[in-house]
Amino acid sequence: MYEFITGPLLWVVFAAFLGGLAYRVVWYVKGLHWQLDRVAYSAFPADGAKGAVRSIFFWLVPFGTRSWRIKPGFTAIFFGFHIGAVLVPLFLTGHAVLLHERFGINWPSIPQGLADWLTAAAIVSLVLIGLRRISLPEVRIVTSWYDWLLIVLAGLPFVTGFVAVMHWGDYQFWIIAHILTGELLLVSIPFTKLYHVVGFFLTRAQLGMDFGIKRGGRKGRNMPW
Amino acid sequence: MPEGKLCNKQPVTTKEQLDALLADTRGRVYYEEMKSLEVDKEKLRNSLKASLKSRTKTWLEMCAHCGLCADSCFLYTVNGRDPKQVPAYKIQSTLGEIVKRNGDVDNEFMLMAMETAWSKCTCCNRCGMYCPYGIDMGIMFGYLRGLLFSQGFVPWELKIGSGMHRIFHAQMDVTTEDWVETCEWMAEENGEEWPGLEIPVDKEDADIMYTCNAREPKHYPEDLAEAAILFHLAGENWTVPAEGWEQTSLTMFAGDWEGCKQQVLNVYSAIERLRPKRVIGTECGHAHRGTVVEGPYWAGRPDGQPPAPYIHYVEWIAEALRTGKIKVDPAKRIKEPVTLQDSCNYVRNHGLAMVTREIMSYMVEPGYFIEMTPNKEHNYCCGGGGGFNGVGMYRAQRNVALRKKRDQILATGCKLVIAPCHNCWDAIRDLEEEYKIGIRWSFLKPLLIKMAIVPDHLKPKEDEE
Repeated sequence: MYEFITGPLLWVVFAAFLGGLAYRVVWYVKGLHWQLDRVAYSAFPADGAKGAVRSIFFWLVPFGTRSWRIKPGFTAIFFGFHIGAVLVPLFLTGHAVLLHERFGINWPSIPQGLADWLTAAAIVSLVLIGLRRISLPEVRIVTSWYDWLLIVLAGLPFVTGFVAVMHWGDYQFWIIAHILTGELLLVSIPFTKLYHVVGFFLTRAQLGMDFGIKRGGRKGRNMPW
Repeated sequence: MPEGKLCNKQPVTTKEQLDALLADTRGRVYYEEMKSLEVDKEKLRNSLKASLKSRTKTWLEMCAHCGLCADSCFLYTVNGRDPKQVPAYKIQSTLGEIVKRNGDVDNEFMLMAMETAWSKCTCCNRCGMYCPYGIDMGIMFGYLRGLLFSQGFVPWELKIGSGMHRIFHAQMDVTTEDWVETCEWMAEENGEEWPGLEIPVDKEDADIMYTCNAREPKHYPEDLAEAAILFHLAGENWTVPAEGWEQTSLTMFAGDWEGCKQQVLNVYSAIERLRPKRVIGTECGHAHRGTVVEGPYWAGRPDGQPPAPYIHYVEWIAEALRTGKIKVDPAKRIKEPVTLQDSCNYVRNHGLAMVTREIMSYMVEPGYFIEMTPNKEHNYCCGGGGGFNGVGMYRAQRNVALRKKRDQILATGCKLVIAPCHNCWDAIRDLEEEYKIGIRWSFLKPLLIKMAIVPDHLKPKEDEE
């Protein structure tokens, strides 16, 4: 079982994950239309690139934009979740070992203690994100079952992984549960709106180009996100 | 497919149709007919297929429903934080549903979508700045308006506005003769005070071609005279085209994309005909957005640029003050607390925030200029943008919308508001009328004329005697 789900199944999962995301990127970029979007993407590549980079950069920095600054609570739980959600799966020692054993790849890793803390922060943040969904009327009105499904999908690998690493129960059970929910999440990403893992960069770049090329960038005014 | 005589899917293209609509007081018959206007689902599906591409699709699908856009929307905050005013909700429940159902929507749905598109969004694009994904709901509402217009679900005044543009190439029934006569009249009327004042029509190869808003010749001809006086003072070699002078675009507010294209091509052909070095538009926000920012795309120009450099009036004033073409008498500068309205259409959407502030530094005694909070790109809509000012059916909602600007102005403590935009100017006038907070409001032109130093050779002769 363990061999299979960390071997052949993992190959399939990675293929679907990477292939699906690649398709998303190609579909998005091919669908951009200078006239319908009303952005002269190719006429001013330098202005566009500058706008895109600024638009991505400031939003990646905690409290880097006015929107982040005026909502400090949300910003804290947003980054609390995302920092762990990106760093831990990518650089956990256990994952690096697995990559080395299965695929012969040497992969960097972060200290286990840091990974534990980041995971705990991610789980707590996700719970708070859920509570925010319930408690704020302006968020409740746009929330559907789909949003809850995604919170569960995204949360399961972290909870199961954390329980396994902490040895709070039957390790074998929790590690298998962790691998399967992790693989489920990876497969889900390209096929749900979780494709924001690439989509965020695409849409931010697009709006950045819009402002950089058309809406003020060429007037020497950088959009003060 | 039942369609009304007045309310139907066809744009207004003849004087008879236009007169029939105008004769229908407040659109009573028009809106009655709209209640039974059927949706052409096939056409709607085809429109989606042809024009809904990856950018907009992704915006709709990927929205994380985080609600961060709520507080960015002034209509949400002035309406008691009504969750139904959350931008994401407004767009998901209208355009989002049309897309989800692939056009399978009914009359009742379209009536709701129309109300949302024209009374719950002014297309100010502020929400786009506050969304982590950069989802610009103002752009999507513009798109939704296009779909609604093509199905005949558009407020009466904007159906008329679109018709005016299609028939007169102007938002009001100002003909070429009316326009040229107004130019002559204004030059003559002010000629005594300003010897040699001219409004040259159709002069080829001038340095500047000036374009304006039809309400200037129609209702405020002194605005045109003021533009002429300032060009005269600055010694500019300028002209206005006999045809193609109207810069505004109610078609843009209406979602009449074909009409937008016709309108902007009319201006561009004047540019090509007269070959000015550059074009300057009046103190209007949406006219600039329509003709300079969006217009090139409607006209199919792949570089997104008009045929000649085309600047906003505030850019020209800043340049004239900076280069000394117009000099301000320091004794006549504004010496009372004064604030400035940032027009969404050329500040948030065209980067001119610092240009108007440069002007303030010349026109206002240091220490008297007071910023609204928030300001520049983060400023709020005046409350009447995107056509909201002009739709009678939504007047009550518009008046509520004005409260944001009222409170912003009150917080500055200023009694004078400079509003270099027709729509903002109107909204601020209306908010004074509605809420009586004791303010005055002005365009830049009249203020600048009052404080400009007039060189001796431009003064009337009797002064010299």
